[in-house]
Amino acid sequence: MFYRESGDFSTTYPQDSQTFPIRFDRYRYYVVLAVAFLVIPFIINDYWANAVFVPFLIYAIAAIGLNILTGYCGQVSLGTGAFMAVGAYSCYKLMTAFPDVSIVIHVLLSGGITAAVVTLFGLPSLRIKGFYLAVATLAAQFFLVWLFNKVGWFYNYSASGQISAPERSVLGIIVTGPNTEAWAKYLICLVFVTLCAIIARNLTRGSVGRRWMAIRDMDIAAEIIGVNPMGAKLTAFMVSGFFVGIAGALFFSVYLGAAEVGESFGIDKSFLVLFMIIIGGLGSIFGSFAGAAFMVLLPVFLKNVFVGGLGWPTDLAAHLQFIVSGGLIIMFLIMEPHGLAQLWRLAKEKLRLWPFPH
Amino acid sequence: MNDMSGGNYVTADGRQIGNTLMEMKNITLRFGGVVAISDISFDIHEGEIRAIIGPNGAGKSSMLNVISGFYHPQEGEVWFRGSRRPTMKPYQVAKQGIARTFQNIALFNGMSVLDNVMTGRLTHMETGLFSQALWRGRAEREEVENREAVEKIIDFLEIQAIRKTPVGRLPYGLKKRVELARALAAEPKLLLLDEPMAGMNVEEKEDMSRFILDVNDEFGTTIALIEHDMGVVMDLSDRVVVMDYGKKIGDGTPDEVRNNQEVIDAYLGVSHD
Repeated sequence: MFYRESGDFSTTYPQDSQTFPIRFDRYRYYVVLAVAFLVIPFIINDYWANAVFVPFLIYAIAAIGLNILTGYCGQVSLGTGAFMAVGAYSCYKLMTAFPDVSIVIHVLLSGGITAAVVTLFGLPSLRIKGFYLAVATLAAQFFLVWLFNKVGWFYNYSASGQISAPERSVLGIIVTGPNTEAWAKYLICLVFVTLCAIIARNLTRGSVGRRWMAIRDMDIAAEIIGVNPMGAKLTAFMVSGFFVGIAGALFFSVYLGAAEVGESFGIDKSFLVLFMIIIGGLGSIFGSFAGAAFMVLLPVFLKNVFVGGLGWPTDLAAHLQFIVSGGLIIMFLIMEPHGLAQLWRLAKEKLRLWPFPH
Repeated sequence: MNDMSGGNYVTADGRQIGNTLMEMKNITLRFGGVVAISDISFDIHEGEIRAIIGPNGAGKSSMLNVISGFYHPQEGEVWFRGSRRPTMKPYQVAKQGIARTFQNIALFNGMSVLDNVMTGRLTHMETGLFSQALWRGRAEREEVENREAVEKIIDFLEIQAIRKTPVGRLPYGLKKRVELARALAAEPKLLLLDEPMAGMNVEEKEDMSRFILDVNDEFGTTIALIEHDMGVVMDLSDRVVVMDYGKKIGDGTPDEVRNNQEVIDAYLGVSHD
């Protein structure tokens, strides 16, 4: 009734391979974009920006990055937190070294630098896979955090060991620093999310994405039909690093404003992003968004219910929140191991027939 | 009858067989102390259907793995299209125009039939990361061109209806056919089929035999296949290599091989007295 593909006939191959081949999907996507760009910026306030939208958008970029590596190419990484730190510290160094250059360019460059670093740490994947690769990336996590703590050059020898984002603006609108308006933070993140999602989708529907998925599903067969495993794996690490680096740069400059590496980019960040893609759905761009939304919104929602709704003390609510969200994650994984993206697919299959059962 | 050993003849059903496409010269392959293939030579002519048969453990699959670059023989030379092939990685061999299917289906289960067949064309797709990321111009054009080629294969193998189905949901016989489609999509010079009819019923075997003959006939693809069903092998192939315990014990037309005493002994056993 609401969701139907009848009457939609692709007459050319480009039509058939577009992102949303079904007209209804396409219109819904335009509506979501229109609301995100034209409605939310006018009604957003500081609380919604800082608690919900900005972290959701930034984590969505990080989740897309990790999903490309783990969900599409099958290479497990536990170094996402540290790779975000690479993006954050690159952005900080660039912002302080070249104050006249636009922050947008700094963020993109940070993505590029992170891509190079992640590719370097991806080299072990040519020889090892699975759990062993996860351990190798875990080493990257600890090494990079140690490096950013130890070497003063990275935080410009500040006394606190912290990095803090100076005020920068895009087109005359302040986007970093303490004087940033909520809607400006939101909009700059939204622009980056949209670009990253479109790029990720383009890569995954073409030959690059097929190379990744072939390596993920059966690496030996992939090599025999002509996929160079080294090229496929390293491009996955590179693209993933680019997105994760952008996420790290935005996380530091737009969201946090000031960061300390062990606290902001520790191993818990790596796991958080990994949970996002597992819960959202491996190998799905939509899943990256769904997982990020789930992991960001769940604590906020539980806090509002416990403290706002039931009037419990904050410390009790904070602890209960861990227990409940942990329990929900386990329950969720047992009921739908393929994540929210699979639930969404099932819902669409049901909707195709609704309200007539046949 | 023509002299078949040098190639360049016309078969009884009127197909033109060309020069030597691939030649294996004195191949020896060892795994530690185990000799999987010992000193085997044979050739494959352009346009022919060449079968490799033998009892289990004879080294047939190892031979196919040598051809596709997965194993590297300790001794011997592989000649392909008139020149000696240096030691190559499997993906480089694929680029040279050799495609294969596997004994136990090796499809990409997370992808649709269409995507699986499209992966077969990866050797023909060259656009870089950046133009792919923007999906403008070359990337899209390349995608469309290759999609057209893939659709021809899909039509040819009659799998249009399952184009968008995830491979994991397909029954066994269709999976085998999709795997053949993926190998064909590469437009190979030489197609290696490792037991294309294993585990199929009579009807599926007939379908598969028809497809193999059609591929050979319409695309002129040279085919080397391993198969245990003797009826199929004798009907399909132009020449047969027989292996036993890593050695070549027979080579020739199906009729010659059928009457070879060594081959009969290998298959039926012989009394050692």
